[in-house]
Formats: sequence, C-alpha cells, structure tokens
Amino acid sequence: MSALSVTYAILFYAATLLLVVGLVRKIALYARTPAPLKIPTTPAPVNRTGVVLRMVQEVVLFTSLFKATKWTWLFGWLFHLGLLLVLLRHLRYFQAETWFWVDLIQPFGKYASYAMVVGLLGLFARRIFVDRVRYISAPSDYLMLLLLIVIGISGMLMTFVTHTDIVMVKGFFLGLLRFSIEPLPSDLLLLTHLTLVALLMIIFPISKLLHAPGVFFSPSRNQVDNPREKRHLAPWAADLEK
Amino acid sequence: MADFETPELREYPIIPKLKEGVMEHSKPYVAKVQFQEALGFPGELVDNWEEKALEKLDDLRGRYRSLQVYLDSCVKCGACTDKCHYYLGTSDPKNMPVARQDLLRQVYRRYRTFAGKYFPKLVGAKDLTKDVLDDWYSYFHQCSQCRRCSVYCPYGIDTAEISMAAREIMDTIGVGQKYCNEIIGKAATVGNNLGLPEPALADTLEGLEEEVEEDTGVPVKFPLDQKGAEILLVTPSADFFAEPHVDGLIGYAKVFHEAGVSWTMSSYASEAANFGMFIGSYENMRNLSLRIRKAAEDLGVKRIVFGECGHAWRVAYSFLNTLAGPFDFLDPNYPVPQHICEFTYDLIQKDKLKFDKSENDHMTLTFHDSCNVARASRMGDKAGGQFDIPRAIIRAACNNFVDMPADAIGEATFCCGGGGGLLTDDLMELRVKGAQPRMEAYKRVVEDNGVTNVAAICAICKSQFTKVLPYYGFGMTDIVSVHQLVSEALILSDAPSDDTESNAEAEA
Repeated sequence: MSALSVTYAILFYAATLLLVVGLVRKIALYARTPAPLKIPTTPAPVNRTGVVLRMVQEVVLFTSLFKATKWTWLFGWLFHLGLLLVLLRHLRYFQAETWFWVDLIQPFGKYASYAMVVGLLGLFARRIFVDRVRYISAPSDYLMLLLLIVIGISGMLMTFVTHTDIVMVKGFFLGLLRFSIEPLPSDLLLLTHLTLVALLMIIFPISKLLHAPGVFFSPSRNQVDNPREKRHLAPWAADLEK
Repeated sequence: MADFETPELREYPIIPKLKEGVMEHSKPYVAKVQFQEALGFPGELVDNWEEKALEKLDDLRGRYRSLQVYLDSCVKCGACTDKCHYYLGTSDPKNMPVARQDLLRQVYRRYRTFAGKYFPKLVGAKDLTKDVLDDWYSYFHQCSQCRRCSVYCPYGIDTAEISMAAREIMDTIGVGQKYCNEIIGKAATVGNNLGLPEPALADTLEGLEEEVEEDTGVPVKFPLDQKGAEILLVTPSADFFAEPHVDGLIGYAKVFHEAGVSWTMSSYASEAANFGMFIGSYENMRNLSLRIRKAAEDLGVKRIVFGECGHAWRVAYSFLNTLAGPFDFLDPNYPVPQHICEFTYDLIQKDKLKFDKSENDHMTLTFHDSCNVARASRMGDKAGGQFDIPRAIIRAACNNFVDMPADAIGEATFCCGGGGGLLTDDLMELRVKGAQPRMEAYKRVVEDNGVTNVAAICAICKSQFTKVLPYYGFGMTDIVSVHQLVSEALILSDAPSDDTESNAEAEA
C-alpha cells in the first residue's frame, strides 16, 4: 500500500462524501421549500403526463435552449451527450463483471469524448467572443469549463495516445468499493485526470453545477397548468387563512 | 418630446452591442413615508438595512422554491441575454436577464454560499453596499416581469420571480416604489387603482348607458352593486374612462346584453389589476384578491368574469383560487374566474352572437399578445388557448387580420414596455426604449401588410401604446381594445333596425 494509493483513496472517499451529502442536502432543501403560487411558463401542460413529457424534452433535448440560441444549444448538447456516454463507459471501472450494455457502448463512449471536448471548446469560445456572454462570466465560469476540458483531454490522451495500466486502475476502484486500498499506477496523466475529477465532485454541490438537480425543481417547468381546477396552497399560505 | 433619443426602427432586429451604465440613471420615484407605512413597510431606509435585507432574502428563499432554485441554478449560458426588450431597446448590459438576476445573486453568493464567502472574486460575489442597493432600485425597476427570458432559459429561470423578490426586499427595508405602493394603497382602501369612489363610478357608468343608448337605440345596462346578478364583472379601472379601454367595456356590456345574462360590477372590488404582484408581496396580493371574493359573496353572484387586463388575468387565472379560494359558493359549471374573451368566445362558438364585420373594414388589425396572458396564464381548456381565443374573436368581428412576425407573438411576444409596475411618467425613457422590439414588429406588418391598428387585451398595454406609439411615428389611436372590435361589429338583436324604419315609412 503506497502513500499514493492511500492519498487517492482518501481523496475519492472524501469527494464522494462531499458530493453525496452536498447534493442530498440541496435536493432536500429544494424539495422542502414550498412553491406557493402556480407559475408554470405557459403554454404549459394541463396534466401530470404532459409535465413529465415537458421535463423529459427539456432534460434530453434542451428544448428551451434550442429556442434561444442554436450555437449554445449545439455546443451544450454535444458536451452533455458526450459526457453522458463517457460516464456510462466509465462504469466498467466499477464493475467486476461488466453489464453487457456497458461493453456495448465502449466504442461510442470512447469517441463521445470528442463531442464532449468540442462542445466544451465551443462553449469556451462563446464565453470569450460573444460580448454579452463575456460580460456575465465570472472567473469561475471559465475555470469550470477549463476543468472539464482538461479532464476530457487527459482522459482522451490515455484512451488514444499513451495508455495507462487500466487493469490496475480498475483494481483500485473496485478496491475502494469494498473498502480496501489497492495500488494505483503512478502515471502523471492518470493522476491529473483523477485529481480533477475529484475536484469536480467536490465543487459540484457548491457551484452552478446545481443546475442538474435544479432543473427538476424549477416551478416554471414542473408545474401543471390547472390553477382553476385544483386549489394550490402552500402550508405557510394556509396559515394566513387561520 | 423628451431628453432622450427614441430608438431607431430597423427593418430586421439586431442585437445591440453593450453600452455599460446607459440606464443607471433610470429610477422611479421612491414611495413617501405614509404610503410605505400604509402597506406595513418601514417609511424610509432602516438603519441596519443590510442585515434586514439579508434576513428578508432568507425568509423569501424559505418561502419560495423558485427563488432558491433560480439563485442556485444559473450557469451563465447566455441564452437569455438577447431576450429582454429593455436590453434590446437600451443596450444596457444590466438589462440582460441574467445580469439583472446577478444583482441579487451576487449578494446571495457573498453571504450565503461557501464559494462566495471564501472566494468572492472567483464567483463574482459582492458585498451588499449602498451602490448595490442603488443598482437594485434602478434595474429591478427596469424589469416588467414579462417572463420572456423564462421561455428561453434551459432551467426556466424566471427573472420576474427574482425582481419580485428584490422589490419585496427593498420594500421591507423602506425603499418602495411610489407608483406601485400608492396604487396598492388606493385599491386596498377605496377599491380601485384610481381611487374612484362609488358615486363617481355610478355616475360614469350612467353616462356610458346614455352614450350607448344614444348610439345604438338599445338600453344596454352597466349595472353596479346589483345584488343577485348572475355574473360579477371585475375589470381594470382604466376601463371606466381611458381610451381605448372604455370602448372595450362597452363591448363587454353589449355581449352581456346580447347573451341575456344579468351581471354587475362592484364598487367595493372595482379593480381587476393587482399591483401586489408587481412588488412581490403575497400578503398585499391576497388582500386585494379577498376584496373580489367578498364582493362576490355580498352580491350573491354565481360567476366571476374578468375584463381585459394582462397581469390581472395572471393573478385571476393563476392565483385567485390560491389567494382567495375555494370558490365553492359559485356555479361549478363555469371556471372561476372566467376571462371576458372566454365568455364571448363561447357565445360565438354557440352561434349566439351575430356580427357585421364590415363595421371594422376601415381597419386592418394585428394582435399584441400581452405578456402575462401569453406566458403566465391560459384561456379555454387547451394549452395555448390564450393565443387562439382572442384571435378567433377578432376574426369573428373583423375581415382584415394579420399576425406580426412569429418571433414577436405567442409565447415569444414582446412586452409593450410598460408592464410590471413601470407605467409611470417618471420612467418614460425606459418605457419608450423598451417598446422598441414591439414597435419594430408592428412596423413590419404596417409596411408589409397595410396594418392600421393593433388590438390588445390589457389595460397597461393599451395605456402604454397610447403613450409610445407617437414616439415611433405611429398614431396614438392605432391601439384598440379587442372588445371594442366586438362592440363595433356586434349586431344587437333588439336594435331598432333601419329596415323596419324604412318599411314603416314606405307603408305610411
């Protein structure tokens, strides 16, 4: 058990803990906070099924963003789709026996990294070159994109250029799952990749990455348009009637 | 006309380059002590205002999921940056929805998030200073809460929710807006925004009865406080005297007359508008809404119908049941409340109204979708009925109708520039500049399709258009009420017909 494996083991346990606890707390906060008024952006679905459909379209196709600006939609969608496939592909590092579909998507996941990085570079360029977007960008907005770009590129270098010992990497993560610390290759590219991923996990619940759970709690998107048919009353508003 | 330049109308809209600070000076008058206190707010800026403002922010975050989620979720993607009519018309970057939200978000981050507490520069967090408060007062009164940005935001972030919260925070620390708060005071005591007492109202309505009878020969009634009537009509008080609003009111009266239903207005609840929404105050909004419930109970009506007014319809359609419901004492066969357009449309569907469309042949019309109707409410039982129903009414009453370009109507409609509690003379520059996108779209159909008039179903839109149309070289009377068109073309079945008269003459 090298100092390196121990350090990374601690890093990933800590990052996972912060990610999970942070997200659970935020989601609980969103769920607990009442939405006292019906404020769906209309035209809105008039029943639950319609709302589910609206939400699915929003989350899968980014329909509102598509209406807004085609370039941001294109880059944003490429990035998210790429990221999804890449993440799913990474499941193989956490399964002793991989599910068949995880094997099936390996090649797609590999090349999806291109889509992911191209999308990120596009978003980065937009942030620099469109004066309106530049105006609203804080340093953290650029850094967040850079972080993801470096994660993506370091991963791609390991996939396509200089392979790391992925059997050992898999051993390390499978080890973590059963609370045993296994050796990790001391490969600079891999360590960069892993460090930044852990960093991303840590900042997720305290940054704008909260848009991921946030979208599901957005009253303008998740409410049914039926205020006349069904009385909607928040607990604190009900207290006013006493 | 004023000390600012009216924006140019281009053939095709162009997204302007940023001009920082150009609208910083735009601030409405601050509410005086007595008007603040009447609404339960401090009269002037309290000593520990920074602390109080943060307390209120926490209170609102705990009461409104929208606020909490919207403060956290923005990724600064820029989708909304070119969607606000005030940004398009002024080029001031703080009028981009995300930048407007950030005025509040930067403070939330600074005091209530880990990153903002320890790395403020990194995430653009800022201390709550007098400068920030000045920015709040200026730019949260450059948002008409029209929700256009929320249509395009991938998370549905609605700047209206943020600006309502910011205005409530400002009220709570003693910095209220004169226009809204004075009006709320009047509506809460007298019963309408104009402060028109019952005798004056009765007198006005009597005058209207005489006018219509003279004009048509039919005794169309404008009943007030009539107990036992079937329908309570709640309409914006501008309908009682302003042009072209009053022509709309005449239209509703003729439709009720033709439908043969008994109806009444109430002097106690003689206002559909509810400015409580503009200042984000649930309590004030509820207060005003309860007057309508009380009027309905006292008069013993069976249905409530709302006149043409945009934000009023949002409060009525989306919030009334919440604020003042349940309305189980009303006739369950009708939605509570109903829009006058729904009422008229139903009669048209049942073929109960006859029109002589040629009465409106001197006009070619287009329709301005009012933001609160378009993006915050509905008509009828299908999503999008708020677009179809008013258009169906116009088509039933007029031969010539053309829509403006698709990116300026329906859910993409542009605000008139005067909504959200900004319809005050001290904001005239903002109102004129904010009207530019709408005027540009109007100009397109005026030039390409020979449109002569624009119809609307909102009291604020109508007043705003009357004011700003001339700045852009159009006539102030281009704006008409939808029910004015109905009024012109509707054939009253008990009217003394010209034919009967001439026949009588022939026989004699």
